[in-house]
Amino acid sequence: MSRQIGEVILDLKKVSLAFGGVKALTDISFDVREHEIRAIIGPNGAGKSSMLNVINGVYRPQEGEIILRGQRFARMNPYKAAKAGISRTFQNIALFKGMNVIDNLMTGRNLKIRTNLIQQAFWWGPARREELAHRAKVEEVIDFLEIQHIRKTPVGRLPYGLQKRVDLGRALAMEPSILLLDEPMAGMNVEEKQDMCRFILDVNDQFGTTIVLIEHDMAVVMDISDRVVVLDYGRKIGDGDPDEVRANPEVISAYLGASH
Amino acid sequence: MREMASSQARDTFPRLLLQHAQVRGDKPAMREKDLGIWQSWTWHDVAEEVRAIACGLAEMGFRRGENLAIVGENRPRMYMMMTAAQCLGGVPLPLYQDAVASEMLFVLLDAEVRFVFVEDQEQVDKVLEIQAELPQLEHLLYDDPRGMRHYTLPFIHDIRELMAMGRIHNRNHPDLLASEVAAGAADDVSVMLYTSGTTGRPKGVRLTHHAFISAARGGADFDGLTADEDILSYLPMAWVGDHLFSFAQAMVTGFTINCPESAETVMTDLREIGPTYYFAPPRVFENLLTQVMIRMEDASVVKQKMFHFFMAVARRSGAEILDGQPVSLGDRLLYALGNIFVFGPLKNVLGMSRIRVAYTAGAAIGPDLFRFYRSIGINLKQLYGQTETCAYVCLQPDGQIRFDSVGKPAPGVEVKIADNGEILVKGPMLLKEYYKRPDATAEAIDADGYFMTGDAGLFDDDGHLKIIDRAKDVGKLANGAMYAPNYIENKLKFFQYIKEAVVFGDRREMVCAFINIDIGAVGNWAERRGIAYSGYTDLAAKPEVYGLIQDCIEQVNGELVGEGALADSQIHRFLILHKELDPDDDELTRTRKVRRAFVAEKYAPLIDALYGGRSSQFIETAVKFEDGRQGKVAADLVIGDPKTFAIARRAA
Repeated sequence: MSRQIGEVILDLKKVSLAFGGVKALTDISFDVREHEIRAIIGPNGAGKSSMLNVINGVYRPQEGEIILRGQRFARMNPYKAAKAGISRTFQNIALFKGMNVIDNLMTGRNLKIRTNLIQQAFWWGPARREELAHRAKVEEVIDFLEIQHIRKTPVGRLPYGLQKRVDLGRALAMEPSILLLDEPMAGMNVEEKQDMCRFILDVNDQFGTTIVLIEHDMAVVMDISDRVVVLDYGRKIGDGDPDEVRANPEVISAYLGASH
Repeated sequence: MREMASSQARDTFPRLLLQHAQVRGDKPAMREKDLGIWQSWTWHDVAEEVRAIACGLAEMGFRRGENLAIVGENRPRMYMMMTAAQCLGGVPLPLYQDAVASEMLFVLLDAEVRFVFVEDQEQVDKVLEIQAELPQLEHLLYDDPRGMRHYTLPFIHDIRELMAMGRIHNRNHPDLLASEVAAGAADDVSVMLYTSGTTGRPKGVRLTHHAFISAARGGADFDGLTADEDILSYLPMAWVGDHLFSFAQAMVTGFTINCPESAETVMTDLREIGPTYYFAPPRVFENLLTQVMIRMEDASVVKQKMFHFFMAVARRSGAEILDGQPVSLGDRLLYALGNIFVFGPLKNVLGMSRIRVAYTAGAAIGPDLFRFYRSIGINLKQLYGQTETCAYVCLQPDGQIRFDSVGKPAPGVEVKIADNGEILVKGPMLLKEYYKRPDATAEAIDADGYFMTGDAGLFDDDGHLKIIDRAKDVGKLANGAMYAPNYIENKLKFFQYIKEAVVFGDRREMVCAFINIDIGAVGNWAERRGIAYSGYTDLAAKPEVYGLIQDCIEQVNGELVGEGALADSQIHRFLILHKELDPDDDELTRTRKVRRAFVAEKYAPLIDALYGGRSSQFIETAVKFEDGRQGKVAADLVIGDPKTFAIARRAA
């Protein structure tokens, strides 16, 4: 591998999140380095998705702070996160089912569009030039994910595995520097999983994108990630490279369900 | 006239390319869809890129007469590489891109390939897999750089690197390419295509510039092709059909070839390009028709009604209108309406609106399928040829189309039928030799220079060639007339009621047949007539069923009597077997081909009864059930005597 894992790009410090009396995350700290693939694992209800939602500002933690490229955010919000180059996919695909693949991917370019509504309505001059440039970018994503044959198919008509790929495509269309993937392989068959793994590795390798992913399939996580953080009941119980985590007795007991 | 004068100079593919670059330099030669947009290369661009590639190859030490393997899907650079190798007097050797590494190994070793050009990472990996067994491999070039960043082996190069090197080389040696092209001769081998190894190891068929250019020019003149045709190139480059249609004919006439975006998008690309000239094996046409039919099932009632009404009109008169035969005024009007409402839109969906000529070959096409396309106004025709003849032996002339023959000998081709029924051909398009196999070459080409095709055929009264069987299966009746068992059996099996048929007649005085009825189709037929039956054996023995099958056989006899040499093969006696032929009983192979010799031995008493003139015969046969138990089926089989037709003997 030629990619070089760099400095810490995203640092979470003592993050705690509670919904009323329910403590979703308690005092969690971990960091993400540039260009690495960082996995978050844990049993159901461990707080993995909450963690992602904290990172891209959907949830606001009661305590702790997020440091992104040296900049402190006590309060992240989704707009700021997106502006800062963080994009994500969703566990239950959140695409526009009635729109075709191209249009769905174009929504990923939304933040980068400079012309205003009226210019776009007339599709004239700068608006036209801009859309052509964005469309070219979208076509690159289509080529990268090998979905040329479904370019004009409404997303709702696609099989689940392909919808997941389109979801990833939309996130890639933002040209993110950090990509958050929420269970990218849930509900897929073995072949689809293999494809998805290859795409994730390719994204990381070719664009140098930093990837934070949540995944249940242990084999996948151990294979593709550089470092793994393990959550259980909202607490961090392990952090390190896959081999370390695999040998961690706390992790083993959380996963095998031994008594605490 | 100027064209005539320069024809001397257009006898190799590199010279043809240079000529097109001069005559129609700014017309598109190739297109490929990339990032959703069709990109074009003009003839001038192609000539320049070919020059860069060829000079790059020269710089790397590519030698005259050497083979260069090409593995990948149809992409402009793949075709350019062919011409580039030819410029230097080399021989391009396209391989099937879906072959696994071990299959490629034999060919790469046999052809002593030093240079391999592949499409992408997938193919690079395949070559690397067998690299240890390829001591002579020196350079591995690839077209698509995706995923290739980490391949640091020194003998792997991006084609762009090679082209950059070639451009520098060209600047330093500006006359090299011209002198290399001038050194080429029409009799040089232009391409090597390996025949599939269904019969023994694959053999490299060496074809010359002269052969392919003659075949391409003959075909283009025959159908009046111009430089304005568009063709979609999507069939494997290693197949002779693609080489003739997408490479040789484009080079000869100067038309445009279009490469699809990917294998999955061919249907969309077809619609966008709207080719005027089209070539596909029967299964592609069959898939398209199936898709149309499935989509029609989902259409609204009104649309379905309209579709079926106008398709009935088309079946009645469409093919005749296309052939320019007389058709009643009413049908003509209806057909014109149908064209507006159904056929036109349908052709548009299929991407076939602009097609002037379409060909199919490679396997027998069903009559219904063939007629469907012709009836909606697509000029679909058949051709006959093989790798050894540049796929150019017979073509169907416009207006004289039959589904059961392959047309007349193409311009410049001599076809004759040997005494044993084998088709022999001679002409400029014949192979030069099999690579490193003088024995096979001597076996395939006889002393008079005829190539032995291995197919048996005959000419019908209009001079159309009909392929009837593999030559080795063809026998003779006692009176010396030709006897082609598969041909007769296929005719019988065209009837939905007949599932299997086994005919006998080799060295006998007449042809007799065993029939297996199709229990589904005949059962359905019986139910509609209120005929009660308990199972296969019972149904097969019903006199009504015998009547039904006898009708079918008499129809076949009626067809055979009009087919010259096959008139003696009319079926004189038949019986319906009391059990279905089954692979479990070793009567069929696992691929459901009849094992004729085994069946003849097993049912010897029945054959004796057929030829002994008896009217019925008792037989008891052991059968294996699916659970492994053995059982016996017994029946007293009736023998039917269908009508045969008197043969009008021509005065010899």
